[in-house]
Formats: sequence, C-alpha cells, structure tokens
Amino acid sequence: MRRFFYTYMRTEIFLANCNQLNDMREFVRQAASDAGLDAKQIYAVQLATDEACSNIIEHAYEGRGNEQIEITCNVQDDGLIIILHDHGKTFDPDAVGEPNLTTNLSNRHLGGLGVYMIRRLMDEIHFESSPESGNILTMLKRKSKGDKE
Amino acid sequence: MEITTKQYKRCDLVTVKGRIDSATAPQLSDAFDAIVHGGRFKIAVDLGSLDYMSSAGLRALLAVQKLCKRYNRGEVVLAAVPVRIHEAMDLAGFLPLFKTFDDGTAAVGYF
Repeated sequence: MRRFFYTYMRTEIFLANCNQLNDMREFVRQAASDAGLDAKQIYAVQLATDEACSNIIEHAYEGRGNEQIEITCNVQDDGLIIILHDHGKTFDPDAVGEPNLTTNLSNRHLGGLGVYMIRRLMDEIHFESSPESGNILTMLKRKSKGDKE
Repeated sequence: MEITTKQYKRCDLVTVKGRIDSATAPQLSDAFDAIVHGGRFKIAVDLGSLDYMSSAGLRALLAVQKLCKRYNRGEVVLAAVPVRIHEAMDLAGFLPLFKTFDDGTAAVGYF
C-alpha cells in the first residue's frame, strides 16, 4: 500500500516549563509520524527535542517559569525539520564541551550530555543567535532511503 | 510516572512505569534516596514498563550507581530495558555502567 505524505509547517508556543515537555514531545511525535519516519527515528526526534528544550529551560531561561519556547515542525517529502526558538540567554551548543563517557564511574561527568545526544540523534543541527531574534536551533531528521510500504 | 519499591532480603526492586524526563526524574531520585538512606545499596531497577527516558533519567541512575558502588557496598542493575531506551543508553555511553537482565526476577536473583 502506498502512503501519501503531506508536507506542512506547524508552529506551537509552549510555556518553558519541564511539565510541558510531554506536550512538546507529543507535538513533534505527530510531525515525525506524518513525515514518514520509522519508530526509532520518531523516538529520536522526541528525545532530541526534549533534550534541547530542557537545556533551554535550564540554561537559556535559567529555570524561570514564565518564558516561552516556540516549536516549528516542518514536514517535508524527505524528512522533518524541527526549529526551536527562545528568547533566553545565548546557549550555543557549539560552545558546550563533550561529556567524558569512557572514563570509569567515579570520574565520569555529564556536562554536555544533552547536546551530545542531540548531535547523535539528529542528522544535522544548526544554531544561530542574535539579540534581536533570540536563539534558534534547527534540527533535521531524514527519512530512511528506500522507504517502502 | 509511577514508582514502586519492593524490599527483598538482599536488595530492593524499584519498578518504574511511564516516562522519565526533567519533570519526573526528581521523583526517581527521591525513591533512590529513600533506599540508600536506609543503608541499602543493592538495587534492581525494572524498566519494563518505561515508555521513555531522557538524560535526566540517566543522570539519576548514574548518581545512585556512584553512591552504591562506593566502598564496594552495593550496585545498581537494570532489568527489562526497552529497546528504544537501550539504544539511547548506548548512544550516551551508559551500557558499560550497568549490568542488565531480562526481567526483574533475574535482576533480584543476581544479588
């Protein structure tokens, strides 16, 4: 059976609070499914979005409860683009060091784990920041090639 | 998210249902705190009914593992890790840090 995929762009604004993470994940989950991603990819999109939004809540907004995160899902023929937009302090993923994941237990520190995972979960990420526009994180997940139904 | 703890002779079995993220991870940490403050450091965590876990959950697990393994007094092991969560743990380099078992019974039996 051949599936038909719609392309669309949908934006929703969320309160930048951890108890909204579930709604944020559900929003991108639906888009990932509409984009024809498989179960593993859909989970990856949810997880990457969660990690990115958690960083925005904790670092860009420093835990303030009254700010907003704008999430745009761009469903395309070849995959999904997620755009996260916030007006908090610049949190540049490129400036975050990698966690050390190979040392033994007592030496392990997890700073940068969220960003590390986002990079590995998504196919491409792009970050830009300016005082006027705020922080914009763009994440791309491509559909698997040879997707047959 | 629902957490239940059952005390056995040689260990505690923590069963987690639902989703662990930044909002719910503190509850998980609280459950672990209650166990270690009771002087018990052998913990099996059954993830069989867990639908989702972010790095917040990984942090909570790492923290309690460090605590339990200190002075060789105990250890945290995992049971019934769902495939998506297993993949994410692999991505995060966490698999070498925890012994895993197919189910809670096997995990409890390890102790």
